[in-house]
Amino acid sequence: MNRAGTATACAAMLRRDLTLAWRRRGDITMPVLYALIVTMLFPFALGPEDTLLQRIAGGVVLVTVLLAMLLALDAMFSSDIEDGSLEQLVIAPQPLALMLGMKILAHWITTALPLIVIAPLLAGMLHLPTAVMPVLLLALLLATPLLSLLGAVLVALTAGTRRSGMLLALMLLPLCVPAVIFAAGAVAAAQQGLPWAAPLAWLGSALVLAIVLAPLACAAALRIALDA
Amino acid sequence: MTAVPIAAPLLEARALSFLRQDEPVFAPLDFRLHAGELALVEGDNGSGKTTLMRILAGLLHVSAGELRWRGEPLRRDRCTGEILFLGHQLGLKGDFSPRENLRIAAGMNGRRDGLSIAAVLADIGLRGYEDEPVRRLSAGQRKRAALARLLLLPATLWLLDEPYANLDRTGIALVNWLLEAHVARGGAALVTSHGAVSFHGGEPQRIRMHD
Repeated sequence: MNRAGTATACAAMLRRDLTLAWRRRGDITMPVLYALIVTMLFPFALGPEDTLLQRIAGGVVLVTVLLAMLLALDAMFSSDIEDGSLEQLVIAPQPLALMLGMKILAHWITTALPLIVIAPLLAGMLHLPTAVMPVLLLALLLATPLLSLLGAVLVALTAGTRRSGMLLALMLLPLCVPAVIFAAGAVAAAQQGLPWAAPLAWLGSALVLAIVLAPLACAAALRIALDA
Repeated sequence: MTAVPIAAPLLEARALSFLRQDEPVFAPLDFRLHAGELALVEGDNGSGKTTLMRILAGLLHVSAGELRWRGEPLRRDRCTGEILFLGHQLGLKGDFSPRENLRIAAGMNGRRDGLSIAAVLADIGLRGYEDEPVRRLSAGQRKRAALARLLLLPATLWLLDEPYANLDRTGIALVNWLLEAHVARGGAALVTSHGAVSFHGGEPQRIRMHD
């Protein structure tokens, strides 16, 4: 009898979710197209004035990426709840928090990473100086996993409810305020030639905290959601 | 001379009951299940059979009474990997083939020695459908794909909620054969069903759900 090792199980989980996402690649492109179109609307609405667009570029890209991620967040556990995979995951002889951590990682890779890849394009459309681009990418690399982790806890909490999409947005957006402030603060500081490391360090510490705590909270919330 | 310890039952329920909004779903239940035993859970629709299964699987909490596993209070970490639950929702991903679904299940739960996924799928009657996405299979074939977990995964106690649903005659015989083989090698199983069980290894224990 071969008991499954934790590392094997983690790899199986990650591979499963990435393969599933790949089979439905159409769903991956949706948030990317959404972010592209929303960013395009700003020059139309505000006029093609360089200085104005430059000033708001960092903030617009951050908020757009955040909203695009919100679109895909709802689906994180829904199909697994519908087909009973989640029940099997809860019963499986593996630490549930770790398995959910893998799910969150897979979700981040499939939704946030494509958005980060096109972020330079989005920022370029708003005339963000090239020198600031690395800071924006760094801020996104720290802020998006934070949003995925916070989002996963809230998705787990609203798992049993119907039409949870709007409720999820209302709950998640206020929690995102600190992440947006620090990420946008770093980009703005870099744009003005000021030191930008401090806000990113804050973002990083929040991320470390979330990596440790969010999967545990997520596991507890899902157990409660199933126990009804 | 030391007294031979009497083997504690694998699973024991003492005055087990479950409350939903302060209403008991079923009357207090008492039963014992030893290794190598099969128990049938009988009751009308809505009598709480599925609820009982979900409690035993650890998905629902115990409202009152006690559950003991090998003589000690049942805790999630004590019986981890020993209980296999097959419910109404089969836990199969529609986009994956039976082979991929089994590979994931084995990755999570481990597998019995000397069994290949291809052999298990052939035994369960899915030869030729190994690589077809599960969403394109019929309800009976999906059920078989889920039942393949019973063959592949190591577990002592099987909790099968309506394992005969959607199955044809050979499928029903297959489930009976699986149960017999499992009991013969010292496993135990709890099965809810409305008849259809023909069990050759002696009369199974019956657990009546009272309203």
